[in-house]
Amino acid sequence: MKLDPKVKRIILWSIVAAIVLGWILAYRWDADQTTAVASRTVRAAAPLLLGALCGVIGERTGVFNIGIEGQMLFAAFVGFMAASYSGSLLLGIAAGVAGAMVLGLFLGWAAVTLKMDQIIAGTVINVFALGFTSFYYVQGRTMPSFPSWSVPGLDGLPLLGKSFFSNPPLTYLAMIATVVVWIGLFKTRWGLRTLAVGENPGAADAVGVNVIFKRYVNVTIAASLAGFAGLHLLQSANSFDRGMTNGQGFIALAVMIVGRWHPFGAAAGAALFGFCIALEAQLQFNDALDIPPQFFGMIPYVTTIAVLAIAGIRARPPAAGGHPFEKE
Amino acid sequence: MLIEATGITKRFPGVTACDDVSAHLEKGEILGLLGENGAGKSTLVKVLFGLYPQDEGTVRVHGKEVTLRDSGDAIALGIGMVHQHFQLVPTLTVAENIILGAEPLRRRFLDRRRAERSVAELSERYGLEVDPHALVEDLPVGIQQRVEILKALSRSAQILILDEPTAVLTPQETDELLKVMRGLAASGVGIIFITHKLREVLAVTDRVTVMRGGRVVGDFATEGATQQSLAQAMVGRAVVLRVDKAPATPGAAVLDVHALQVRDDRGQQAVRGVDLQVRSGEIVGIAGVEGNGQRELVEALAGIRSVETGSVAITGAEATNVGPRRIHNLGVAHIPEDREKDGLVGVYSIADNLVLTSYFEEPFARRAVRRLDEVDARARTLVQRFDVRTPSIGTPVKSLSGGNKQKVIVARELSDPENRLVIASQPTRGVDVGSIEFVHNQLVKARDEGMAILLVSAELDEIFGLADRIAVMYEGRIVATLDAAGATREQVGLLMAGGGAGTP
Repeated sequence: MKLDPKVKRIILWSIVAAIVLGWILAYRWDADQTTAVASRTVRAAAPLLLGALCGVIGERTGVFNIGIEGQMLFAAFVGFMAASYSGSLLLGIAAGVAGAMVLGLFLGWAAVTLKMDQIIAGTVINVFALGFTSFYYVQGRTMPSFPSWSVPGLDGLPLLGKSFFSNPPLTYLAMIATVVVWIGLFKTRWGLRTLAVGENPGAADAVGVNVIFKRYVNVTIAASLAGFAGLHLLQSANSFDRGMTNGQGFIALAVMIVGRWHPFGAAAGAALFGFCIALEAQLQFNDALDIPPQFFGMIPYVTTIAVLAIAGIRARPPAAGGHPFEKE
Repeated sequence: MLIEATGITKRFPGVTACDDVSAHLEKGEILGLLGENGAGKSTLVKVLFGLYPQDEGTVRVHGKEVTLRDSGDAIALGIGMVHQHFQLVPTLTVAENIILGAEPLRRRFLDRRRAERSVAELSERYGLEVDPHALVEDLPVGIQQRVEILKALSRSAQILILDEPTAVLTPQETDELLKVMRGLAASGVGIIFITHKLREVLAVTDRVTVMRGGRVVGDFATEGATQQSLAQAMVGRAVVLRVDKAPATPGAAVLDVHALQVRDDRGQQAVRGVDLQVRSGEIVGIAGVEGNGQRELVEALAGIRSVETGSVAITGAEATNVGPRRIHNLGVAHIPEDREKDGLVGVYSIADNLVLTSYFEEPFARRAVRRLDEVDARARTLVQRFDVRTPSIGTPVKSLSGGNKQKVIVARELSDPENRLVIASQPTRGVDVGSIEFVHNQLVKARDEGMAILLVSAELDEIFGLADRIAVMYEGRIVATLDAAGATREQVGLLMAGGGAGTP
């Protein structure tokens, strides 16, 4: 069933209006708590968004990336170690991103060259990252902390100022990356070819697009975003912890599906999940109700299942996703 | 001379697909490339398009010897190819598909406006009307093909290879395509046209090259050729193109369909109230462009798709939603449209495939134990009777050619003496001329033995050659039922395109 685009637009704008209205009412009711939830939403959403963008690029090129979780964790570990030993945050970030890209390259090699089952290739990455980082992690080390940057003039705005315009660097990066990926996919030659490779690699090949090379490059570039996602966790915690991704790489995949493989859709999906995480934290913090904290802890995961069940019904992934390219 | 291939040889493990093949194409010429499946036509054009490297021989373009490493090289030399399976990206627009690989840029970003303008210009110049903004997935097949042709022309192709372009078109769309081809040739483009349909070859080509068994066996001007002479050159022996059959002597109704409604895979109404009768001793042909509910109708009759409302009776017995085995037991044979998917188990041997509908019955099984000697004996008889060309009855079916696969299905389905009704869906699709003749004769023979036959085909030649009555299906309804003797191609073609009177 296809909805009339006009009806679709009306529905979309009504939802947006309802959300905005909800925030305004909440702010009038309790400004402090609302601001806290909003700000936490943005920071919880950012790593999910970065991870989801990694998934979007991969799947739009026709490669499933189940290994986002592992790429995030590995980047966080490498970034932490590099920053900790060198004392340079910048070096840590560079090393973390490079680490994730190595795993991206591995995914490319396994999925494109070896034509391995992509679910298994991704799982290999996850298992490797968890084992490797847990084994080599040494407790007691510290790393320099991330600065917080305010956008002058905008950071004073009520509600929006604290949440959007007063953040550490990688949170801004998530916002910028969303727009960049959108422009890249839909406004450039690279994007058109990427979409073609993900939908019908045969068609792309027939007009001289190098499908294999494109997949390698895209999966590796995408992994850098997963790397930033992992570093974002580091940014929030200011320390590494064994298994600190805690399933966020998988939630990022859910965000990607909810967002229909579109960067802005992913941003909306990430905001939803970020909000659930923020709400959970706020409710635990308030401790007003006599409910065990584990119950609140469930919120993001229950939301994942519920939203996927609903959004997944009509989701249509890129047609060539998961299939290795066989030249005719 | 636009392109010239000399002494092309291409070997694959176990077969020589092209054996010392030479062919050439002049400016503004339409060359028909004819041959049965496996004759080497596809291999030859793939070599010309840079998809396969040849083992021996040379290719010259505009008189200069060239090495084609991939299709990019071929495109750069002005060679364009429209594949049988379209190489389009369904989720992109027409313009995006056409510029893919050669995108116009403006300050490093895609220049969609320029792309759309140049597509519009191109489509006007060659009379190929398309909307550059339309999504390819929303377009009918005939228009998608135009997009493919435009794609080649936008890369200034002087040599156009069309690989079985009419296989997916309605008669009207085919006529339109032939007209476009003539226009392109008049403007200097050379066209290599691969087809199985002799009528089209005679209608549009200037010259014909015939291949058989990987070799060129004939090269002659179209003028003076006849369907008979072309078929003979292709097969290497005289072929009876017209099916010899006596007038039908229909008996009692075997299949009785009433007000049938069926939904397709996406839940849309595909069959919207079909009434149909097939009597013993007659062939009823269902003509129609694919996608007008024929597939769903056949699947519902065969019991592999559920009927929403309406009823199906076979020899008076209730056969609505009773499941495929019950329908089989009522005496229904089914030659499915997609033989790989619904007709055969590729990895099973020929012998096992021949008993797919009866392996559990006497004499092929006793209680729960199969009796393989009986199965083998049966297979040996059928392979001989139905002329299946195979090294042995233990050969996996997937390694057979299309024509021989189809013979295995026909053998299984038509050899059951208890059959009353045969449902044959696209029984000769992708099958070579020699096997077509064989399958057609078997269907007529079954009719003469008193079976009722429902033939579904997108090929008008097949419908007119076999059917005693023709039912035309359009948008899920039977819009007309005609006596085959009095019907004309034009009349049926018009009805297939929805041009019938009295359709709502």
